[in-house]
Amino acid sequence: MPDEAFISILDVSKHFGPVKAVDRVSINIAQGEFFALLGPSGCGKTTLLRMLAGFEAPTLGEIYIDDQPTASMPPYQRPVNMVFQNYAIFPHLNVYQNIAFGLRKEKLSRSDLDARVNEALALIKLEGYGTRGANELSGGQRQRVALARALIKRPKVLLLDEPLGALDKKLREQMQIELRQLQKSVGITFVFVTHDQEEALTMSDRIAVMSEGHVLEIGSPEGLYERPRTRFVADFIGTMNFFEGRVRAREGGKIAVDAERVGEVQVPADDYDFNAGDTVVVALRPENIRMRPGRPDLTANMAHGTMSNAAYLGDRAHIYVQTEGSEQPILVAMQNLDGAASSATHGERSVALQWSEQAVLLLRPE
Amino acid sequence: MNVRVSRAKMGWLGLYAATYLTFIYLPVLLLPVFSFNDAIYVAFPIKGFTLKWWEEMVAHEGMLQSLRNSLKVGVAVSIISTVFGVLAAKAFTRYRMPGSRALTGFFSIPLVIPLIILGIALLTVLTTVGVSLSLYTIMLGHVVICVPFAMFIMISRLEGFDQSVEEAAQDLGETPWMTFWRVTFPLALPGIMASMLLTFTISFDEFLLAFFLAGDQLTLPIYIWGQLRFPKKLPSVLALGSAILLATTILVTVAMMFVRRKGD
Ligand SMILES: Nc1ncnc2c1ncn2[C@@H]1O[C@H](COP(=O)(O)OP(=O)(O)OP(=O)(O)O)[C@@H](O)[C@H]1O
Ligand SMILES: [Mg+2]
Repeated sequence: MPDEAFISILDVSKHFGPVKAVDRVSINIAQGEFFALLGPSGCGKTTLLRMLAGFEAPTLGEIYIDDQPTASMPPYQRPVNMVFQNYAIFPHLNVYQNIAFGLRKEKLSRSDLDARVNEALALIKLEGYGTRGANELSGGQRQRVALARALIKRPKVLLLDEPLGALDKKLREQMQIELRQLQKSVGITFVFVTHDQEEALTMSDRIAVMSEGHVLEIGSPEGLYERPRTRFVADFIGTMNFFEGRVRAREGGKIAVDAERVGEVQVPADDYDFNAGDTVVVALRPENIRMRPGRPDLTANMAHGTMSNAAYLGDRAHIYVQTEGSEQPILVAMQNLDGAASSATHGERSVALQWSEQAVLLLRPE
Repeated sequence: MNVRVSRAKMGWLGLYAATYLTFIYLPVLLLPVFSFNDAIYVAFPIKGFTLKWWEEMVAHEGMLQSLRNSLKVGVAVSIISTVFGVLAAKAFTRYRMPGSRALTGFFSIPLVIPLIILGIALLTVLTTVGVSLSLYTIMLGHVVICVPFAMFIMISRLEGFDQSVEEAAQDLGETPWMTFWRVTFPLALPGIMASMLLTFTISFDEFLLAFFLAGDQLTLPIYIWGQLRFPKKLPSVLALGSAILLATTILVTVAMMFVRRKGD
């Protein structure tokens, strides 16, 4: 939690008729933070961002930016700027005019204006593109122009609505790094909307995961990936194996769970308040499962199975292991260290799976 | 697609187009020809070349007065109906109103009502209310039939660009009013030009409504119609017709160039 909130979203809802696009959301964002709003399509990310920009008014709740209530502040008076999902480059203006658009009120002299715009062009590495028409730009260049146009206003907050969505994979990864570096160097608070969990993980200081108008969890990328508190977040961020189970006992600092497909699972008890008899969901990341050939005797946190399918992904392999009496396979991810993955996918079909106590997550069933 | 089939089709289409164009344009092209013909009667064979009909036309005060009236009405109508068209189109494309479809339909009713009915209806209303007929009543009638045209031109223009550019302008610190001037208006300008030219042209050659709604000041089509009773006047009317034909062609071509120009 940031000690001092720069943006406070306090119990905000937005209803469109019967649709609750945003439902009782509270978020605090610190100054200089790179904050991501992550969630599947239609979960209300854009709506929340548009309320920050002032294009939609909250049905309920309040938003404070830099300690100012925003309810009666129109978009053109807010200390925020937005990079639109489709960039919204002015089609009748060239690159220079697009970038200089927001500076009219500052009444700069011609040379000051030139200096500011050229500085912005340098920032986005488009020096010499000033006279290009808006329609003569590639997707990546449009995205940069939209960015420069917003940044040149020196806003306190930059809002970005899936700014990399239209770019191809290589360019997107490059822009992710550039954006992050840019944010660090200008020190502006970024609120970044994306539905791409990988993008959110690589770029953000903190992430709010949204679903159907609600914020389910807010946390750091590591926290959300390694210690998700809800099944939705565990499933949405990365990949996860889930096993239904019931707590058999809580003793000796351990919780013992009987789970379908994987048998007995033991977990350190400190992190949880589950007791004997509670139903739980056991969650296990594919990369935390070790696989070896053969059929050794089973102890806790082990399972037997047969390899049914393998997907070779180059840097790693996804191996599907079928346990006895179940249709649903367990997914195991294996690093392709010295060709380990490719040989494993061709090896012995009968395998044993094993994982550490720390790798297991217990979640409340939903 | 099979090239040879399409070529055969092209042949038939070409023939059709040629026939069509001949029927439409041949009579029109006869207009200028006879306006230079040295004979009162519009008939072949051509007698000889003269400029006297054109001279007569230029010197004809009644005709020129009606031309001025038509220009006045046309300019006023094109401005008024384009302003209405812009506002209506803005409302329809920017606000997802309930029943906006029905409303567009309602706005386009004047396009489908027979003009003679519309003329009688307007005339009845105006005389009942006690408005005396003048160029203003003609303008009113023309605005009624021109607004739908203006509206549809503006709708197609405004739909062509993304609404988020207006939001972007506000986001960058411009008030709604300045946003209109710096973004909406320049983007809509080609549509506005096209709409003004088209509605001007419609008003300029509209006869029926003008005939019903005219006071003692006539517009050009009514004046020409009146002149047809006098065979001697016909050739100078042809000269005027040729001049208008030329002007209209230029206007409409320019208008089309504006319509075609994409969101650049
Ligand atoms: N102007 C509107 N009128 C009515 N419903 C709306 C409006 N804007 C958004 N919605 C609804 O609100 C919900 C949230 O929409 P929103 O655009 O915020 O989703 P999103 O998370 O940005 O999705 P995406 O990732 O697809 O962009 C959706 O169900 C959408 O249909
Ligand atoms: Mg969205």
